[in-house]
Amino acid sequence: MTETVQLSSHVRDEIDRWTAKFPEEGKRSAVIGALHAVQHENDGYLTAELMNGVADYLGLPTIQVYEVATFYSMFQTKPVGRNNVAICTNISCMLRGADDLVEHVENKLGVKLGESTEDGRIYLKKEEECLAACCGAPMMMVNHVYHENLTTEVVDEILDGLE
Amino acid sequence: MSDDKVTIEVDGAEVEAVKGQMLIEVTDRVGAYVPRFCYHEKLSVAANCRMCLVEVEKGPKPLPACATPVMDGMKVFTKSAYAIGAQKATMEFLLINHPLDCPICDQGGECELQDLAMGYGSDVSRYNDRKRVVKDKDLGPLVSTDMTRCIHCTRCVRFGEEIAGMPELGTIGRAENMRISTFIEKSVDHEMSANIIDLCPVGALNNKPYRYSARAWEMVQRAAISPHDCVGSNMHAHVLRGRIKRMVPHANEEINETWLSDRDRFGFEGIYSSDRLLQPRLKVDGEWRDIDWEEALQTLADKLQAAAADKVGILASPSSTLEEARLLERIAAHLGTNNIDHRLRQLDFADQENDPLIPTLGCSIAELEKKDAILMVGSDVRREAPIIAHRIRKASLTGAKVCFADQEKRPYHFDVEAQTTGEDLADQLIGILSTVSMDAKLPKSIAAMCKGVSASEEQGRIANALRNAERAQVVIGHNALRHPRSSTIRALAAAIADVCGADFGVISEGANAAGAHLAGLLPHRGPAGVPRKSAGIDAVKMNARDLDVVVLFGLEPDQDVVNGADAVEHLCSQEFVVSMSPYKTYALDSCANLQLPIGTFAETSGTFVNCEGRWQSFGGVATPVGAARPGWKVLRVLANLLGVENTKYQDSVEIRDELQAVLGDAAVESNGNSFNASTSAAADSTPRTSTIPMYEVDGIVRRAVALQLTMEARRSRGEPV
Repeated sequence: MTETVQLSSHVRDEIDRWTAKFPEEGKRSAVIGALHAVQHENDGYLTAELMNGVADYLGLPTIQVYEVATFYSMFQTKPVGRNNVAICTNISCMLRGADDLVEHVENKLGVKLGESTEDGRIYLKKEEECLAACCGAPMMMVNHVYHENLTTEVVDEILDGLE
Repeated sequence: MSDDKVTIEVDGAEVEAVKGQMLIEVTDRVGAYVPRFCYHEKLSVAANCRMCLVEVEKGPKPLPACATPVMDGMKVFTKSAYAIGAQKATMEFLLINHPLDCPICDQGGECELQDLAMGYGSDVSRYNDRKRVVKDKDLGPLVSTDMTRCIHCTRCVRFGEEIAGMPELGTIGRAENMRISTFIEKSVDHEMSANIIDLCPVGALNNKPYRYSARAWEMVQRAAISPHDCVGSNMHAHVLRGRIKRMVPHANEEINETWLSDRDRFGFEGIYSSDRLLQPRLKVDGEWRDIDWEEALQTLADKLQAAAADKVGILASPSSTLEEARLLERIAAHLGTNNIDHRLRQLDFADQENDPLIPTLGCSIAELEKKDAILMVGSDVRREAPIIAHRIRKASLTGAKVCFADQEKRPYHFDVEAQTTGEDLADQLIGILSTVSMDAKLPKSIAAMCKGVSASEEQGRIANALRNAERAQVVIGHNALRHPRSSTIRALAAAIADVCGADFGVISEGANAAGAHLAGLLPHRGPAGVPRKSAGIDAVKMNARDLDVVVLFGLEPDQDVVNGADAVEHLCSQEFVVSMSPYKTYALDSCANLQLPIGTFAETSGTFVNCEGRWQSFGGVATPVGAARPGWKVLRVLANLLGVENTKYQDSVEIRDELQAVLGDAAVESNGNSFNASTSAAADSTPRTSTIPMYEVDGIVRRAVALQLTMEARRSRGEPV
């Protein structure tokens, strides 16, 4: 049996903020918000213990939290690099050269999409869907921040600047 | 036409339907078959398999019959080219990832997907890409998995959420990677978990112990009644060449609906244990010697005839059939002994004169879910009778306030309104009673107990829940019945029920405690509850008194009798002990002088009277193991040898009918459950009753291999899980 961990007070406050938005019986509605908060504090990925902690705090069966965490691509259920780099490869970005960008970054970092660099610095996210910034294609999201009208030089600069 | 009725047209015929009903309910009712996988009448609608698509006039696209509510004037076509086309297209998608392993799949021959593929599938697949493969899960010793076969109907997921009340399986991942899983490896741990085997429309979830041991079409199906609790769940035994291969539920809406507890489903494995006694045996000079039936029964008859009447004692299992109970009672009457009992785990008999004719729930099993307040006293109900716990859960889901007075908190799968815990059940009940007794007339002895008692807040809430309910119920369970102060507890619980206007009942031990009462398997009462002139000694005293002959019927004294170790030691010192049991055990080998192999519930015909007073007769379903004979046949021959009159029964039905004639109206009138308040202040110094683990209630279950491997069984043995 996997252990449960106590969530930090910040995460608990964040979950409370979400639960307040929904009716009393609608605890499941707060799962996405809760997982975001937990993942943010844990270097960008979730563990079974943390998910159990969310289930415990919301009073839900653990499986209902696992379902959400595995369904959405924004949640990582395995350890990944601490900086989340997601290059959009949907239609607009693809037409504006996203595939070349991906190839460039893969070569630069020495990892494939969906992998993390050995030093744990960067996680190159597998297949990011449209992030609704087509007007600035090609684009990528780095740790929740949008970067648009990318060129290989701009990308290099951004990636090199990551801690 | 009333407001809630609408008229629709199904395949050209006008049909009346209830507003809000789903189309599939109406088409099912009128016999217009619509194929389906995810829809199940006991589960919520998911509409995710899309197999039940039908054509609805003016509908923009084919609509799923399971999730389309009826509308007045709706015209539905279930067999039109459009509908069939949609169903065939769905089938093609479902088969894309389904492996073609029917020849090695246990579901083959009884598979919904296989059946519907015959009707709606194409003989050639247009899909040329790679099929997906899904890793199997270890869900424990009862359910096997072949997850590549899964079609994501989510019946098992919904079962966990809605019926079991403990979601353990879920849909993990999405799209191509979606799979049914527990996510982290763990076994499914619920007393009704194996129902997902029946729910699974394909071969993804199957019966693990049964795996690869037979084919569906080779077996014959015979009806059976569960012998492990007082519910009497209806089952079908699937039998191959005289041997039971598996048990499946036999739907009965009034009892087990379409469900079966794991204990009922897998318990039968114990029938084929290597502990079975295969031949009558006699102990000669300390050595066991196999003998034939004739010699065995003659030896027993001689011993019984030679013994002084009041020096014969008979102890029988509460799961003995009605017919066996009847014959044991007739033999006892013929011998002139009243030392006969089936209440093997009871300690306190002080109120036995006031017992109702038979122990019942006080309402039908189905009525339980309509109750709006229920107090369970000393009952670990999920382990005692899973089906009753399921009904209580249903009541709870519709708003009933379920309360407990028990020795400890247990894992419930429903909301508990209030509960008190503590070693002394009687004290808790006195507390509850004290808050409601102001305005009521209580029997003096009980009023005296309540004097000066102040109730805890929780006890007050229990009392309020019962008092404010329209249909309240008080039920006492095994832990209360086995309690050293059980007579006081029963009187108090009855008084609470009386004052609150609640129905009152018990969850009795074994499968046939009610039948044993009717047949007179009691020291103080004969058949139909007629008081005996002089009461014989009860089960506890029998294990303390010196007797010439002790007959043990269908029980193992070390496990089935209270203070088992003492009972065995006492039996060892008795003159002559005969064990009629399906099993040989170390304890029986040491204390018995003669052992006669009798058939289990599956190897005999008979009748069980359940906790509603419902008579359920059954035929033998399996060939007896070794030289074992049905208990009633053994007892009939014994009765013949003893010269008991009119015992030339041809079959068990004759015995049942004879008892029924003796009972007259008493057989029908079975719900009078007033325990008149009589109390013994026999406050024993040992206030603790031992709980019998769920998978140790009787000899058959104790030997059911798969059940003994479950988390539940391992926990009860104190093993790490």
